[in-house]
This record gives sequence, structure tokens and C-alpha cells, in this order.
Amino acid sequence: MERLVVVGNGMAGVACVEQILKHAPKFEITIFGDETHVNYNRILLSSVLAGEKEMDDITLNGLEWYRNNGILLRLGVRISAVDAIAKTVTGEDGSVTGYDKLLLATGSSAFIPPIPGVDKKGVFAFRNLDDTRNILDRAQEGTKAVVIGGGLLGLEAARGLQVRGCDVTVVHLMDSLMERQLDPAGGEYLRKQIEQLGVRVALGKSTSALLGNGHVEGVVFKDGESLPADMVVLAAGIRPNVELGRKAGLAINRGIVVNDFMETSDPDVFAVGECVEHNGIVYGLVAPLFEQGKVLAATITGNRGPLYLGSKQAAKLKIMGVDVFSAGDPNAAEGAEIVKYEDPTLGIYKKLLVRGNKLAAVILVGDVNDSHRYMEWLRADTDISPMRRSLLFPEPSSDDGRDVAQIPEGDTVCGCMGVTKGAIVHAIQSRGLNTLAQLKECTKASTGCGSCTTLCQHLLKAVAPDFEEDGRKVLCACVPFPQESLREIVRSQRLKSVQDILNIYGNGVGCEICKPALSYMVDVVWCGDHEEDRSARFINDRVHANIQKDGTFSVVPRIRGGVTSPAELRKIADVADKYKVPLVKITGSQRIDLLGVRKSDLPKIWADLGMPSGQAYTKGVRMVKTCVGTEFCRFGTQDAIGAGVELERRLENLFTPHKVKMATVGCPRNCAEATVKDIGLVGQEGSWQVVVGGAAGKSVRKADLLITVESTEQALEAAELFFQYYREHGNYLERTYDFVERIGMEKIRKETVYALDPAKKGLLDRLRKSKAISYDAWQEGASPVNPTQFVQIEAMHSPPGYFPPEQFQGAPV
Amino acid sequence: MSWIRITNTENIPLREGRSVRVGDRDIAIFNLGNRFLAVENRCPHNGGPLAEGIISGKTVVCPLHAWKVCLESGAVKKPQSDACVMTYPVETVGDIICIDIPANACAA
Ligand SMILES: Cc1cc2nc3c(=O)[nH]c(=O)nc-3n(C[C@H](O)[C@H](O)[C@H](O)COP(=O)(O)OP(=O)(O)OC[C@H]3O[C@@H](n4cnc5c(N)ncnc54)[C@H](O)[C@@H]3O)c2cc1C
Ligand code: HEM
Ligand code: SF4
Ligand code: FES
Repeated sequence: MERLVVVGNGMAGVACVEQILKHAPKFEITIFGDETHVNYNRILLSSVLAGEKEMDDITLNGLEWYRNNGILLRLGVRISAVDAIAKTVTGEDGSVTGYDKLLLATGSSAFIPPIPGVDKKGVFAFRNLDDTRNILDRAQEGTKAVVIGGGLLGLEAARGLQVRGCDVTVVHLMDSLMERQLDPAGGEYLRKQIEQLGVRVALGKSTSALLGNGHVEGVVFKDGESLPADMVVLAAGIRPNVELGRKAGLAINRGIVVNDFMETSDPDVFAVGECVEHNGIVYGLVAPLFEQGKVLAATITGNRGPLYLGSKQAAKLKIMGVDVFSAGDPNAAEGAEIVKYEDPTLGIYKKLLVRGNKLAAVILVGDVNDSHRYMEWLRADTDISPMRRSLLFPEPSSDDGRDVAQIPEGDTVCGCMGVTKGAIVHAIQSRGLNTLAQLKECTKASTGCGSCTTLCQHLLKAVAPDFEEDGRKVLCACVPFPQESLREIVRSQRLKSVQDILNIYGNGVGCEICKPALSYMVDVVWCGDHEEDRSARFINDRVHANIQKDGTFSVVPRIRGGVTSPAELRKIADVADKYKVPLVKITGSQRIDLLGVRKSDLPKIWADLGMPSGQAYTKGVRMVKTCVGTEFCRFGTQDAIGAGVELERRLENLFTPHKVKMATVGCPRNCAEATVKDIGLVGQEGSWQVVVGGAAGKSVRKADLLITVESTEQALEAAELFFQYYREHGNYLERTYDFVERIGMEKIRKETVYALDPAKKGLLDRLRKSKAISYDAWQEGASPVNPTQFVQIEAMHSPPGYFPPEQFQGAPV
Repeated sequence: MSWIRITNTENIPLREGRSVRVGDRDIAIFNLGNRFLAVENRCPHNGGPLAEGIISGKTVVCPLHAWKVCLESGAVKKPQSDACVMTYPVETVGDIICIDIPANACAA
């Protein structure tokens, strides 16, 4: 066995080691990494910043992987010297390690521009997990953030900060965003989209200094202007880490120079990744680095043969709702034909450079559906003359998704990890894969930037016999996004009506599944300040009553806490008589149901009752059931009725992902069954237990303890925090008992009752805002949203008079 | 075949339906934005009031058990079924919606 020492525990180094392990065992491997984390997906730091992923979600190789493959892992150790004669590396911990072969995979570092003040507190790079953690610690609601650099990295950082509530400005030296990947027109489309997200963009700005006394306070530009800043993120480029290569005496230009076999100028020292320069190019995206790793693995294991001949590069901006794709060099337009399409209203810009009937470069802004097709043409150097008539818009395929059967076996599906369609199909068939998670685990496809996820899913659907959608299920085929993403889209794109969402992100039509879900979503995201569209609501929510099997409706007035009075009961009895209500029933929720009411009678009944709606028909706050508690019960330790009535008052008229039933009880005897309710308050001597996620319906589930608190006010606040958190994070039609299992009580506690004060205040503020806008739906009886909502329309002539339409054209009506 | 004037177009909100009684018939009229369509207001499944359903393109979804009925042909699209509802030709003349009622009451 030879000793292989790897310096750099990053994406390229570890991927290369994975390839080396596929060859016959030859090495005893040691990996040094100066970060303290196992190999993680650096690409997804943007998603961590934007809150789409947790830090734990982006691990690529867990400790078991190193252990199972017999790799000695040394984390937190920086290698400071190489002695290529003695064949040793020296760590900053003083250790000296001998090698037979050395692999340098040191990546790059953020370029810190030489501006006075970059060493101030509050100035961050954005390269690794620690940077990301530091940025997140600093970024609060309202923080003024300046991002220096308007490339991929800068824009993704800006987006992440903006999602965290910061007030963000991107400052860019050039006159156009992402100028290396886009042309000025494409950059302009991108700028509009970025500004629509609420991020300011300042172009042509050269930063001359960062101000502040210890801590950064502002940014000054060469033109004399300045901006206030509580934090600054530097995203002005990267520099390959080549010092070790230099110390090892290797040939160095911008990066460590390698040949087509991935050999350096020293036969025992190899290099891979962002620290490498091949044929004059230093690559900064993972796909090329993985291709390099494969070749290097062959060379280093004694299977010298495969060549690395350079890669076609493609860049994709990972910002939800801002679609940008670029491949090839779109600014090398000389001698190229330009094929272009743009639609300013839709924000779509497509441009192809064609040279000698081959695609040379492509820019897509606003619609990147075809990126895969173009990438393949570039990679395979396809003669595109046969496709000339449909270059910008592919022939419509019969499939609603991409016609996966048309993709050739050898085509790369996952560009990041270099996985072909053939490899995916083979894995699905030979290993019996059925879910995306299994496919990721087994082939690594779709574990990079994630842009091929839909394609992988289509392949699974087509090939796997028992395909199952993964946890991240889309809402429905009309708007094929998971609900989390949709909430994010609605918020960031400031969409306030269901039809707008369907028009921009869906099929423009919608159905009975997505329309009510989207109606709920715009309501909760905008705290009730949305554009209500009753045509997107289920009938119950148009007429504020529960439709019954014969088309009649039921009427359940609100009786808070189940506490009523003789006068109220008399009114209900009178109404039941007057309208000949066929059935009067005490419900399971301590209230009274009048069943079999005709739609046209609803407004009259509500007026006669003079009681508010009990929302028994909707996905919203149903009721708070109470026991008598200290009022009369000899066991009572807490005022269950008082607390219950108050809780119902605070939450009534609000909508939720699914119905919310609550109860309060005065002691653990639990007479009103609070432990099987969505939210329950269980009184005990000197305190309340607040429990959530209980159920006594199709399934029975005992509620989980959220927190125990001393005062009734604290108990009510805990209930409100959970209630609003469920409203904001629950998927439509997800009851609290599924919600708490999906999210986990620990996380729920951390983000509600144990959250930091600003987060708690945010939840309560949004709840209060929604509450202030909400109203008793039965008021619509007197002023309906649509005048004919409760009216039975009669034909204009009755008994029918018959006319052919021509005859009464223009006749008085 | 007789055309009968039903109601003003503004009485049927965009993407909603309303039922109208014509003699002893109960007819559901829908406003699809660019046109109005009318079908018998009785779901073939269990008699549900189709006029109260959510519209999905040119299909209405019955509010009772979500059967999907095509408003153009009257055919049940989901679940698979041969059942269908009767459809009525609709024309708008000025602001007035008119429906063509067959002379004798036998459904197609
Ligand atoms: C926020 C962000 C988003 C990105 N998005 C994309 C994207 O969408 N698509 C894409 O293709 N690429 C993207 N990239 C780029 C991609 O992450 C890099 O190309 C890739 O990680 C480079 O891999 P590497 O192994 O060469 O370097 P790295 O992943 O940087 O790994 C090098 C490792 O070596 C360590 N190291 C360096 N010197 C020493 C030493 N002397 N001793 C010990 N350890 C050392 C470093 O700390 C680091 O952990 C993104 C990068 C960032 C930061
Ligand atoms: C002769 C045949 C059928 C009869 C008599 C019938 C009757 C009923 C009745 C009485 C209900 C309860 C109504 C209520 O909620 O008040 C019901 C519910 C339902 N039916 Fe049917 N049904 C029939 C066939 C079907 C078929 C073929 C389907 C679907 C393909 C179907 C789908 C449903 C669904 C989804 C529900 C709702 C269940 C729920 O409450 O979650 N039914 N049906
Ligand atoms: S739960 Fe306790 S306080 Fe309430 S009625 Fe039952 S025994 Fe009395
Ligand atoms: S009555 Fe229409 S689906 Fe049941």
C-alpha cells in the first residue's frame, strides 16, 4: 500500500477520492481539511443563507463514509508546508506526515479587494460554512446590508439576506450584472427581476473605502457617493489557493498547471479542483472539477489513459423565481450569428450564438426550461441545422413534462455530478429504485445545484414501476411547486391573487385542489390583505355554510366556550321554527347546528339570529370547548371557561391550513378532552400545560406538550404562537397532528415559545394584523361579495316565452 | 328548440356558476370569461348542485364528491364513467344570456 495524502477536504478533493476508491485498492488515504466540517455541498450555502436548507442538510460525506472507506480524516488542521524532496507535509499543529503521492485540492479563497476598512467587524466573505454562520448571526430584520459584487455569488448572497428581512443593496463595479455570463441586455432583464425581489442594485460603482469605527457603518464610492451599512458581504471573486503548490516547486500560472492526464510538473504531486489551471483555464464550477477528478483517479491509480480535454461551462443562478442560465462565452460574438427573442412584459430574454451551424453560447433569462437541450448541443457539438426552425422554442412534445424517451442514453442529466441518463436508468432498473431520495443516494444525481431534479423525477416516473413522490410533494399539476416554495414565491413576487399565481407559475386554469390552497396562501402571507377571489373558494367559503348531501346547508352560530344563555337559546329556537329547520342538533363541539337550510334563507337566518358565524364550514378556527373549571367544579384549579372564551375571541374568524379545534380544561381530569385537540390548555395547580397536535378523528393522537407556564396570559400567548406558526408553515389540508410530526416538536418549540423575542414578536404581530382585518363572515349576508351570491336566479320570462335570439336583438329588456 | 332569455351577464361572476330555474328545469350557467356555458344542475353521481362547484378550465368540479363534468360536452371526465349531464346551447345578446331549451323534456 502506498500513502496518499490529500490536502483539502472539499468538493473536488473528496469527489476525486470517491473515484480513486472505485479502482483497485492501492492507497492508505489521509485527508487534511482546515474547515471543521465533513465534506459538504458548498453550492448549497446559498440555500442555507436563504433558509431553504439547514446546515445539517448539506453534508455530502458523513463521518461513516470516511470510516467505512478506511480514510484517516484530520479536520481543523491546515497544511502549511510541503517538502517535495523529503515527501512530507507539515501541519499548523506541528505534525509531519509522509506521503508517496500527494493530492492538492485546496480550492480557492474569497478575493478580498484591497480597500481600506475591509478588516472591520461586520465585513464578511461568503465562501464556507463559518462565513455563512457569521452572516446569519449578523443578518436581522431591518439590517442594512451591502453586497459588493454582482456576479452569481453576490446575487445569491443578496437574495439570502433579503429573505432574512435585511435591507439589501448590491454594488457592482461593472455596468451590467453577471457581465461574464450575460450580455448587457440580459443583464438588464436580470436587474429588473432582482429589483422586483426588493433588492436594490447600484451599477458602475467602485468602492473606495469601508467606513466605521471598529464596526462597519458605511461604504464610500469613488464618485463620492456613499451608503450606510450595518454589514458588508464581499463577493468580488475568488483566488485559487496555490501557495502549497508553489512550496512544492510546481509550475504555477493563475492555478497549479496540469496536463491532460491531470499531472503536475512533479510526478508524485497531483492537483484537482479550483486550485488547478488546465489549458489556461481555472474552473470555478463543480461539474468540470468532477470530470477532472475522474481522469485524475485513473492516472494516479496507474490506469493512465483517460484524458481531460476541458469542459463546457454553464452557470445557473439559484434564486427562486429568477431564472438565469448561461453557457459558453456569450460575449465572444465575433463571427457568430445571433438568434434572439425577448418579451419585456414577461421578462423573458433568450439569445443564442451560432457559429458554423453549431451552438456557441446561450443566455436564458426568465425561462430556462430548455437549458438542458442547449447544454447538450454545446457538449456534443451538435449540428443544429435540422433544428433551425425551432431553436428558441422546441417542437411541442406530447408529454406535459419533458419527453424523457427522447433524451439519448449518453446525455448528461445531472451536470454537477456528471450523471448520464443511461446511468440513471440502469441504476433504477438494477437496484429497484423508486424514490428521488434513493436515486440521489445511489447515483448522486440531483445532489448538486438541484436544477435537474424535475428531469430525474420524470425519469423515475417513466422507468420505476412503483414510483413514489418524495416528501417534497408539489401542490398539484396545475402549479407544480411544493407548498413551501409557493409561499416563498407569493411573498417574494408580491402576488396577491390566486389567478396571478396560476397565470405566472401555473397552467392559468387551476382546479379544486390548488385553488382553495392558493386562496389560503395569499390570505396568510398577506395577513388578510390580499385580493379575495371567491371563484377560487369552495362553495362553503362562498356562502359561509356547510353544504350537505342534498345541496342544502347547515348553520352553526358561534357559542364561545360553549357558554350560552336562555335568550340566545330562545332566539335559536325561534329561528328554527320560523324557517322550518328540519333538524336541530347539539354538535360534538358544544354548539348547536341547524341543518337542512336553503341557500337563499341563509342571510335571513343570520340576521334573525344576530350571532356570529361559528366557522363550522371552513378550514379555520372552529371552537374552544371548555369544562366548567373553577366556575362551578369542585375539582377545578384554573378558570377554564374564562381562558377558553378569551382564546376563542382572540382567534375566531381566522383561517388555518385545516380546521383547528381547541379546548381548555380546569384540571387534569380533562373533561373537555383538551389532550386530543389541535390546541389544548390543561389547567393544574398554579400552572397551565399547553398541548398541541392532538386528534380524535379518523386517527387518534395524544397532543404533545408545548410548554408549561404559570399565568393564563402566558398560556394564551403560547397558544397564539403555535397557532400562527402553524398558519405560516402548515401545508393546506395538513392537520396539526400531521404538522407536528412533520416538523418535530423540538423545532416547533425552538421557533415559537423558545424563539428569540423578535421572532416571537413577528409571529404575534402578523397574527394581530390578520386579526384586525378579519371579520365575522356572516356580515356578508347583508352585503355579499357578489350580489347574486344567495339569490336564486329566475329566468326573465316565466312562464317561458320563447324567442330565437335574432328576433329580440336590440329589443328592450 | 326555443331560445329563452335568462338573466343579465353581470349576475354570474367570472369563473363562478349560478343555478336558474326554467319551468321545472334546474340549469347551471357558468361564466368562463370569454363565454357562458350551461348544463343540467344535477351531478350524475348523486345529484350534487354543479352550479356551486369550482371551475377548472372548462370543467366543473361537483362540490359534493368532486366528480368532474365537462361543461362543453356534459361528459363525466373523472372518475371514468359513461354518465353525462345534459348541455344547453347558450348565446349572449347584448347583456342578456339566452339558453336554448329543447321543446320536449327528454334528455339526450
Ligand atoms: C455560495 C456558493 C455558491 C456556489 N454555487 C455554485 C453553483 O451553483 N454551481 C457550481 O457549479 N458551483 C458553485 N459554487 C462553486 C463550487 O462550490 C466550487 O467550485 C467547488 O466547491 C470547488 O471545489 P474544490 O474542492 O476545488 O474547493 P473547495 O470546495 O473550496 O474545497 C477546498 C477545501 O480545502 C481546504 N483547504 C484549503 N487550503 C488548505 C490547507 N492548506 N490545508 C487544509 N485545508 C485546506 C479549504 O478550506 C476547503 O475546505 C459555489 C460556491 C459558493 C461559495
Ligand atoms: C351509487 C354510488 C354512490 C353513492 C350512493 C354514493 C354516496 C355517497 C355519500 C352519501 C357520501 C357522503 C356524502 C356526505 O359527505 O355528506 C359519499 C361520499 C363520497 N363519495 Fe360517494 N357514492 C357513490 C359512488 C361514489 C363514487 C363512484 C365515487 C368516486 C369515484 C365516490 C366518491 C366519494 C367521495 C370522495 C366521498 C367523500 C368522502 C369523504 O367524506 O371524504 N362515491 N358518497
Ligand atoms: S376537567 Fe377538572 S375542572 Fe374541568 S370539569 Fe373536569 S374535573 Fe372539573
Ligand atoms: S353528487 Fe357530484 S360528486 Fe357526488
